[in-house]
Amino acid sequence: MKLYEKSAAELSLLLKKSEVSSVEIVQSFIDRIDRVEPQIKAFVSYTPESALVMARFIDDKRMRGEEQHPLAGIPVAVKDNICTEGIRTTCSSRILENFIPPYDAAVIESLKKAGMPLLGKTNLDEFAMGSSTENSAFHATRNPWNPDMVPGGSSGGSAAAVASAMVPLALGSDTGGSVRQPASFCGITGLRPTYGRVSRYGLIAFASSLDQIGPFSTTALDNALLLSVISGYDLRDSTSLPNSVPEFHSDLEIDCKNLRIGLIRQDPSDGFDPEVIAAVKKQAAFLGDAGAEIEEISLSMIDCGLGAYYLIAPSEASSNLGRYDGVRYGLCIEGEDIESMFSDTRGRGFGPEVKRRIIIGTYALSAGYYDAYYLQAMKVRTLIRREYEEAFKKYDLLLGATTPTPAFKLGEKVDDPLQMYLSDICNLNDALAGIPSLSVPSGIHSTGLPMGIQLSAPPLQEGTLLKIAHFLEQRNENHPKRPGIQLTEEGSA
Amino acid sequence: MSDDFRKEVEYVARLSRLTLTSAEKDLMAVQINDFLESVKQVQEIDTTGVEPTSHVISMPARLREDLIQPSLPLNKVLQNAPVREDNFFRVPSITSPTEREDG
Repeated sequence: MKLYEKSAAELSLLLKKSEVSSVEIVQSFIDRIDRVEPQIKAFVSYTPESALVMARFIDDKRMRGEEQHPLAGIPVAVKDNICTEGIRTTCSSRILENFIPPYDAAVIESLKKAGMPLLGKTNLDEFAMGSSTENSAFHATRNPWNPDMVPGGSSGGSAAAVASAMVPLALGSDTGGSVRQPASFCGITGLRPTYGRVSRYGLIAFASSLDQIGPFSTTALDNALLLSVISGYDLRDSTSLPNSVPEFHSDLEIDCKNLRIGLIRQDPSDGFDPEVIAAVKKQAAFLGDAGAEIEEISLSMIDCGLGAYYLIAPSEASSNLGRYDGVRYGLCIEGEDIESMFSDTRGRGFGPEVKRRIIIGTYALSAGYYDAYYLQAMKVRTLIRREYEEAFKKYDLLLGATTPTPAFKLGEKVDDPLQMYLSDICNLNDALAGIPSLSVPSGIHSTGLPMGIQLSAPPLQEGTLLKIAHFLEQRNENHPKRPGIQLTEEGSA
Repeated sequence: MSDDFRKEVEYVARLSRLTLTSAEKDLMAVQINDFLESVKQVQEIDTTGVEPTSHVISMPARLREDLIQPSLPLNKVLQNAPVREDNFFRVPSITSPTEREDG
């Protein structure tokens, strides 16, 4: 087995036993990227030299016998909306095409502290707005399972990079499903932590009350390791939670006998693929056989999440994106007066989806409409939160499909925003409620594409989600760790 | 698409400081009209007596100590400036020529 095919935990063990060096590991992934990236196009920026510098540094420390973090020397990729000092951070937007942050995001500081070499910045839908990574101003990313399909979005670059073994681990951001939906489409594990668990300092803001950084991996153990690195209180993020952070990876065993699980009713008449529903039920049966108590439930507010989300997120985005005016950073289209400079810079710098959301958001916040749209959506958000609170009085966690269907074709939904938004329908409510939520592979569809199930838990219960994901991994013979398709070694499609 | 809705898009675009082409305005008027139709369900929900969610995690605001902390050095703050003059970001005049003469 080649090094790039191994999980982060396996590589960590090899490093610990001195059977391999970090430089060898990083070089293995560099070689892999050189072969498959031309086909997948997961990256916006590629940083092999600095990754090797970090790898050498870690190898030297290990030679000196210094104590290392378990992930020291294990490479990682990061979504290109997370600030990296001295490395271009574009949000896949023309308006930030040449932006070089003067500081690191809190999660980047954590990765550096752990000694993790950064192999590059991954593609996304512009400013994380989208569900297919086709809204990138630079290029679309392709699904490693079938290059005609989308990898999901907005963190499609990170998901595709992990699924195609270009990196063992990656970070994405999830505003309304942007970690979980691409994890499902690419057959890997993706976690949206509790809102506030991971600092948003240095994450370029889309919708501040929803944005959350989350890890991608091929196994639950790897996910737990990376979550432990990036979690924790940060004074620079006023929404950061002061709660202590468990070592999520230290014990992933769970006794299912005491678990009460609410199985969310999802029906073909609502657009759910029958094979997706069957895969969910199969995973529920594994848990039931192990002694968990499974009961079907319906969440009455589930259909309202989409509307509430697509009022709240654009409203916050229209405010957050006000800072792109050509004055301090980014694209600048000079004009006769300052208003034309602002307007032309923004008109030329933003792509169609970002403009659409700015217009919707500004409309929803404008005088006369605020109460009817934004305020009403925030009240509906309260009702959604209450429904979860009630559900979690009865159940330890909720289980359902991550997406109604497997990945769709590139270009299939790009001209129909409302259809595109529906691919996140299962993910939005958890984001609105601020609860942790994880997608884990559930099998392979007859089309050859992976499917995922979504597990949701009360705030700060990421550990339970990871334990269940670990349990299912052990029992699911179809658990797809890597794409079944053969990537052409030359990298041509 | 009604002319009223296109005018609404033009008004909101001005509020957003966002130059749109004529084709973009037409397309956006249609798409936003569709979008607002699709969120009608949210408006129909009875939210009488329901407080809006302002913070998803309920916790008291924490204040840091009022201490002077180091900030980014000027050269780093200005490193991405599209147009810079000395230690300033340079922008076009914010007043019209008439206002400048009057002033």
